[in-house]
Amino acid sequence: MIQKKPPKIGLFITCMVDLMRPSVGFAALRLLERAGAQVVVPDQQTCCGQPAYNSGDFSNTKIIARAVINAFEDFDHVIAPSGSCTGMIRMHYVDVFKDDEAWRLRAEKLAAKTFELTEYLAEHLDLSQNITTFEHTVAYHDSCTSRRELNVVDQPRKLMAAVGGLTLNELSDTETCCGFGGLFSIKFPDVSDAIAKTKIECVQDTKAEVLTGADLGCLVKQAGQLKKAGSKVRVFHIAEILAGMADGPGLADEGT
Amino acid sequence: MSRLPEYDDLRDRAKAIKAHTLDNLDTYLEQFEANVIKAGGKVHWARDDVEAAQIIVEICKSVEAKTVTKGKSMIAEEIGLNAQLRKNGIEPIETDLGEYIIQLRDEPPSHIIAPAFHISKEQVAETFLEHHVEQSPDRDLSEPTSLVHEARQELRQKFLNADVGITGANVLVAQTGTGLIVTNEGNGDLTQSLPRVHIALSSIEKVVPTLEDADTILRLLARTATGQEMSVYTTFFSGAKRAGDLDGPSQFHMVMLDNRRSELLGGPLHDVLSCIRCGACINHCPIYAKVSGHAYGWVYPGPIGSILTPHFVGVDEAHLLPNACTMCGRCEEVCPVRIPLPKLLRTWRGRAYDAGHPGGLHRLGLNVWAWLAVRPALYRLVVRPAVVILKWLGKMRPYDLPSPQGSTFMDRYKRGER
Repeated sequence: MIQKKPPKIGLFITCMVDLMRPSVGFAALRLLERAGAQVVVPDQQTCCGQPAYNSGDFSNTKIIARAVINAFEDFDHVIAPSGSCTGMIRMHYVDVFKDDEAWRLRAEKLAAKTFELTEYLAEHLDLSQNITTFEHTVAYHDSCTSRRELNVVDQPRKLMAAVGGLTLNELSDTETCCGFGGLFSIKFPDVSDAIAKTKIECVQDTKAEVLTGADLGCLVKQAGQLKKAGSKVRVFHIAEILAGMADGPGLADEGT
Repeated sequence: MSRLPEYDDLRDRAKAIKAHTLDNLDTYLEQFEANVIKAGGKVHWARDDVEAAQIIVEICKSVEAKTVTKGKSMIAEEIGLNAQLRKNGIEPIETDLGEYIIQLRDEPPSHIIAPAFHISKEQVAETFLEHHVEQSPDRDLSEPTSLVHEARQELRQKFLNADVGITGANVLVAQTGTGLIVTNEGNGDLTQSLPRVHIALSSIEKVVPTLEDADTILRLLARTATGQEMSVYTTFFSGAKRAGDLDGPSQFHMVMLDNRRSELLGGPLHDVLSCIRCGACINHCPIYAKVSGHAYGWVYPGPIGSILTPHFVGVDEAHLLPNACTMCGRCEEVCPVRIPLPKLLRTWRGRAYDAGHPGGLHRLGLNVWAWLAVRPALYRLVVRPAVVILKWLGKMRPYDLPSPQGSTFMDRYKRGER
């Protein structure tokens, strides 16, 4: 019998994971290997270009997008533990190069094989048995990019259903933004905080012990606001929970 | 929306109607004009706000109007009509309850559908007590019904006395020269049918080819604006009173505003002309929900406003608006005519950036970061101390900047950690 060759995956770490929370990267790595992939973390990566793109700096966006395409186009799949970076590569690079035929074609090819982590795992992990255990009530935050750009809504829930002991307490409002918005939270901190405040009230209403999600930016924003409100809710990226690595300090906890 | 299973089909149809009309706008505008004239009306084309206000003032003067009643119209806000009327000794009276309240308070609307959205019922009661001085000062205005009743009482005589009635138009029908308005208070009907002269004020992109097309727009409009199946009143008007008609205005004037809308045709912002002004994007915008309408600084607030305002007032003045957005995409999701609002906002961000916004340190920071982002080896050298600084900052402001874990992923990965 011919053994099927494992797919070669280029893991896009995301600048926030690299800087803020490397454990998410290691969790993603373990999970993807568990899903039967051969995972490589290309050394040439830094960032997907969203800060430039969303600031209207389209010439720098192109320069960065070309670097990402160069670094990742030879893999079978590109996976990012982030809805917004995945959305950037999958939905926006093509637009960035709309006037540049050669690069647009390369962007299209890359887009077709780029997936958000939970999206890929839900398809490739064996969910007939528990992936791990996590004896907590959990609230899940759908990032706007995951939900609206990628239509990734069911996948993380499917994965959480395969975690022993995990009870999902859904938010009453899963559709409203948390107020992060990348550089928005730096340019308009007061508005960002006000939106986040409403969001974390919604999180607290669920009585969940843990808040999770697939986008570190949203989680960082909400973790800060939760702490500010004196909440005991702990915040982990979903990859950390799925990989059984959510036993240390959560985001914004003492000791991080 | 579960009660409208064909909602998405309706959206596609509305989008197609709008796209087709905008592609053939000249044809449909000419057809509309011809049919208004045929129905005994007159069409006035206004290049900009000043011209539109002038046309209306002239019509009012020609019939020696002292007071005019007004239905709700965002175009009237856009052209600053009330100020122009007052300057010419003509008293405008707002008849939409929300508009009436903010007129008494001398405030601009904070929402395109609910202009007095920002005012509580207690504040309305205070306003009425202050302005309706002929009524008993001890009356009970604690209930919304008593407020509505009082406003109705005050407005009734004004409807009857007005020389001219000015309304907007939600949709214009080329096929018949008909305009239509939707209201929940019936004020539009009294405004357009009681006075001798009816002036309808609208903008060129509101035209659709047929009555059936108007019907498609109507089915979406109230649902996405206020959640109603239909507005309480939907009023069609075509031309002036004909021989044999029992009532209606003896003169009908249709004022059609361009105000640089035609510049948008065929350009990157073309789709914004499909807007039916339902306000759904505003209602669902997380930013609007926190800052309210006045913070947008011009006539149209919310996502749609952040696209229109830079066009009307210039990007130097309004560059913050398209940037004051988390790109959450909710506006596009709820838009009944599927305008890609985030994409249009991003177009403005590009234009703002090209015009030098943001400038200073912010711009320098972005450029340095982008320069580093394509030099991975250097990037890693720089982020190493950055993590230390972030950690320190995180201690100072733990709520804004939760502390990083320690060294970067890339450093740990290279050290062989898995």
